[in-house]
Amino acid sequence: MPELAGKIFRINGPVVEIEDISSIRMFDMVKVGEQALIGEVVKLSEGRAFIQVYEDTTSLKAGDPVYTEGVALYVELGPGLLANIYDGIQRPLEEIQKKEGFFIRRGISVPALDRNKKWDFHPLSQQGQQIKEGQIIGEINETLLIKHKIMIPPGINGTLKWIIPEGNYSIDEKIAIVEQNNSETEIFMYQRWPVRKRRPYKEKIPVREPLITGQRVIDTLFPVAKGGCVAVPGPFGAGKTVVQHQLAKWSNAEIVIFIGCGERGNEMTDVLLSFPKLIDPHTKRPLLERTVLIANTSNMPVAAREASIYTGITIAEYYRDMGYNVALMADSTSRWAEALRELSGRLEEMPLEEGFPAYLSARLAEFYERAGKVNTLSGNTGSVSVVASVSPPGGDFSEPVTSHTKRFIRCFWALDKDLAYSRHFPSISWIDSYSEYVDDLKEWWHQNIDHSWFELRGVIMDLLGREQRLLQVVKLVGPDVLPQSQKLILEICSIFKNAFLQQSAFDETDEFSSARKQFLMLKSIIYFYRKCEDIIKKGISIEDVRNLPVYQDIIRMRSRYSEDNLSELENLTNKIDQDIKNWELK
Amino acid sequence: MKEYKLREYVGLDEVHGPLIIIRNVHNVGYNEMVEVVDEQENVRLGMILEAGKGYAVVQVLGGTTGLSLNNSRIRFTEKPLLIGVSEEMLGRVFNGLGQPMDSLPAISYEDQLDVNGMAINPTARVYPKNNIETGISSIDIMNTLVRGQKLPIFSGSGLPHDMVAAQITRQARVKGESFCIIFAAMGVKYDTARFFIDSFEQSGVLERVAIFLSLADSPSIERILTPRMALTLAEHLAFKKNIHVLVIMTDMSNYCEALRELSSVRGEIPARKGYPGYLYSDLASLYERAGLIKDINGSITQIPILTMANDDITHPIPDLTGYITEGQIVQDRELNGKGIYPPIAVLPSLSRLMKDNIGKNKTREDHPSVASQLFASYARVKDVRALASIIGEEDLSEVDQMYLKFGDLFEQRFLKQDYYERRTFQEGLDLGWDILSILPQDELIRMKEEELKKYYKKNTAK
Ligand SMILES: Nc1ncnc2c1ncn2[C@@H]1O[C@H](COP(=O)(O)OP(=O)(O)O)[C@@H](O)[C@H]1O
Ligand SMILES: [Mg+2]
Repeated sequence: MPELAGKIFRINGPVVEIEDISSIRMFDMVKVGEQALIGEVVKLSEGRAFIQVYEDTTSLKAGDPVYTEGVALYVELGPGLLANIYDGIQRPLEEIQKKEGFFIRRGISVPALDRNKKWDFHPLSQQGQQIKEGQIIGEINETLLIKHKIMIPPGINGTLKWIIPEGNYSIDEKIAIVEQNNSETEIFMYQRWPVRKRRPYKEKIPVREPLITGQRVIDTLFPVAKGGCVAVPGPFGAGKTVVQHQLAKWSNAEIVIFIGCGERGNEMTDVLLSFPKLIDPHTKRPLLERTVLIANTSNMPVAAREASIYTGITIAEYYRDMGYNVALMADSTSRWAEALRELSGRLEEMPLEEGFPAYLSARLAEFYERAGKVNTLSGNTGSVSVVASVSPPGGDFSEPVTSHTKRFIRCFWALDKDLAYSRHFPSISWIDSYSEYVDDLKEWWHQNIDHSWFELRGVIMDLLGREQRLLQVVKLVGPDVLPQSQKLILEICSIFKNAFLQQSAFDETDEFSSARKQFLMLKSIIYFYRKCEDIIKKGISIEDVRNLPVYQDIIRMRSRYSEDNLSELENLTNKIDQDIKNWELK
Repeated sequence: MKEYKLREYVGLDEVHGPLIIIRNVHNVGYNEMVEVVDEQENVRLGMILEAGKGYAVVQVLGGTTGLSLNNSRIRFTEKPLLIGVSEEMLGRVFNGLGQPMDSLPAISYEDQLDVNGMAINPTARVYPKNNIETGISSIDIMNTLVRGQKLPIFSGSGLPHDMVAAQITRQARVKGESFCIIFAAMGVKYDTARFFIDSFEQSGVLERVAIFLSLADSPSIERILTPRMALTLAEHLAFKKNIHVLVIMTDMSNYCEALRELSSVRGEIPARKGYPGYLYSDLASLYERAGLIKDINGSITQIPILTMANDDITHPIPDLTGYITEGQIVQDRELNGKGIYPPIAVLPSLSRLMKDNIGKNKTREDHPSVASQLFASYARVKDVRALASIIGEEDLSEVDQMYLKFGDLFEQRFLKQDYYERRTFQEGLDLGWDILSILPQDELIRMKEEELKKYYKKNTAK
């Protein structure tokens, strides 16, 4: 029940100071003024409380009442999250549109989860059973793709005194009772969880399996693990959003949470309109059925932007607890950091570098710490992978958000302006990017795809490194002075960049490559390189290499070989042999 | 604005810079408007920057010159800043605060709207899907403009951004559909405004243009409101009256400087180069007021113009703009120096909405490949030119020499066009193929094989 918490003393943008405070605690959720704007207590000092308000504060007045909900800012976790789109504090945007029209008004209160919808609950536990926190007691088909596991909320252990039989229920109906030390707790199909607190698990475990993204430069050169963290920094227009959209579309996570944090409205509309039509290559169901969207666009209130990434990661942890592999995309964490900076400024805190508060780094650490692969309370394994874009001012990676982020991630996809200018996409630099997961994931590739994966990856990385040095020479004296063997390296790297690293997000054949296809492409290129190395000694010129018929097959292989005719791609090495034999005969 | 029942107080407690502080006032709403009346009964507008218990800090928009502590009066409107909007405003000229400057008859307003607008719910948006043929090849073929897009021009002082904007406006007129232009000038010289007005007149659209002028000699603070006035009218016309609205805002750099000035008066901690940390959010609150909405026929397309200090694209103003808008058209001093109009640097330019609005059934099936290939080949030209400057043109390989030739023709024939020349998508694409055909087929690996077969010209004048 809301209770009077105090009266407004001062309004300063999204921060409101209240006096005459009673029974109010840090991070309590409050309702401000007559319109009951949602806010959160972020500072208590000298008898006053500072509220960060999640909506526009225009027309608030000193003396207006503030009510407390008596709980910390929370999200509702239950069936109905999937295929939904929320704002930064989990208000359902479709419902709001139905209720209020095209523009978002202030002071709207709509529950996050639909109270009327009935779900087909299937119990998995029996009366009288001993129950532990996190335990799965039933399930629901949330979408055709995803079974929603109904879990006992953390902190509740005891005997299952009663459980509702199989049937159709709305989330407000009690479905079970747990008896614990002579007191009874009612269980519903949804639970609440404070967004700023990580959800508990049994233990973290090492990551060993790649998140296959279908993007060649990522999976083959700079892979990320299920449960890993990646930063994607780059100046505007470099391709951060498209990379994240590609991952949301094609990665083999079971659940995707996409947070549009302070970015464009149209980009969220794009996802909203395209995802229902896109079919997941792994499950053949519309992608939206596994996706939760959080849209706090750049023109929506800045305080809610700050909250949006916590809302997102809490939902991610919830599905992880069911035993799913969840991928969370946050576009862009720089906008989140800027929201933090603005609020900190309004609270008159001491700024550190570029106006950011001293706790920027700690907050980033806390956020990334919530990713990982875990043994859940229910005894399953689940993971949360985080792919976060960073928008450095002026594209300068030495700025505070990029440099602090680097300390907490193990994979870095550096987007390069010059590559983007020449429309080499994804513009992930093979020089500045890195992945510390390669060693962890090697085994998976060797077991599932091919034992030479690590070796071949090493060969191409080495060639790319050598190319870099050769290009320095060419810049000074031109390519003519290079011996044929070095010219070959330039040629192979050029093939690799055009045929492999570039990948169009807008071409049906090219937008997704399976791990197998990626490997076969890599293998063909290296095979071609090795064969050419041999015949170069016999006097073939680079010009002749380019004129081999198979050259066209290789340079165009990304769109020429679809996933359905990989055997043809497999056959490419034979074609190479054949062409070279023919050349030798000539 | 006279219709409100106004509470009035006499006397101010403090005045410094554009800020005044009044004490012993109650019921003051944050961000609402006040009217400050001086001894001569002149009324200036002010905005509540901070509302506290028994006090308020007011930002005076007309400046505080001539205000006295004792004899000034202050009236609380108890409303945020509203602007009267009406289709009758087309063909009229207003000052930066939306008051008519011409001596034409009074306007009967259809509505009074909060100039800050409200955020469009992302679920209510429609993804823009109709391209606009501007007749300028470097835009149409390589950075296609789309109805409902926000596509700024990044320029530098002395570069012909006004001409480019005027040419787009003249040539992109969508015939047969309800169309209008809203022109907002912030801190530019009268000459600039005159240039646009003349150009609207010349193309016979002046009666479909609403003009908001906050010129260089008006108080800089006014500039913060001018684009909001313009966009509020735009939303009314687009979303209530189903009109396709093109909003031209120039110069956004002056707007940002006014914001910086205001921030420093407020004593806020700056982020980069003295600009406030919320510059991004503030700019977004303008730029995001573009687009299309479900079931509504109108649209808002924005072409903001900004001049980059020292042509530096990493400066906070272009940088933050580029992070919000759906691409950018970048002007280049070197091209301008070579006599190339429009001097559009295609490589750093971008249209993010292009991908879904070109190609088969939209322009022509080869459009995506032509664009991509032109980008790739022209990027290569830059490298070859750098190499040529070291080892000399003669020592370049045969292919590299072709690239040099391609680069020159690309600039002289493709980029360059007359201020009155209007090329169709077809013409632009054909021209693209003409020039690309200078390069050997093998070099055109962004082209599909069937496209090469169909369009590659074997016997181009090489
Ligand atoms: N993989 C890709 N394939 C094709 N085009 C791409 C790709 N990645 C980016 N682009 C192009 O680059 C533009 C900018 O990408 P975006 O992800 O929006 O950049 P950012 O988020 O870094 O500002 C896109 O609109 C698209 O035209
Ligand atoms: Mg982006």
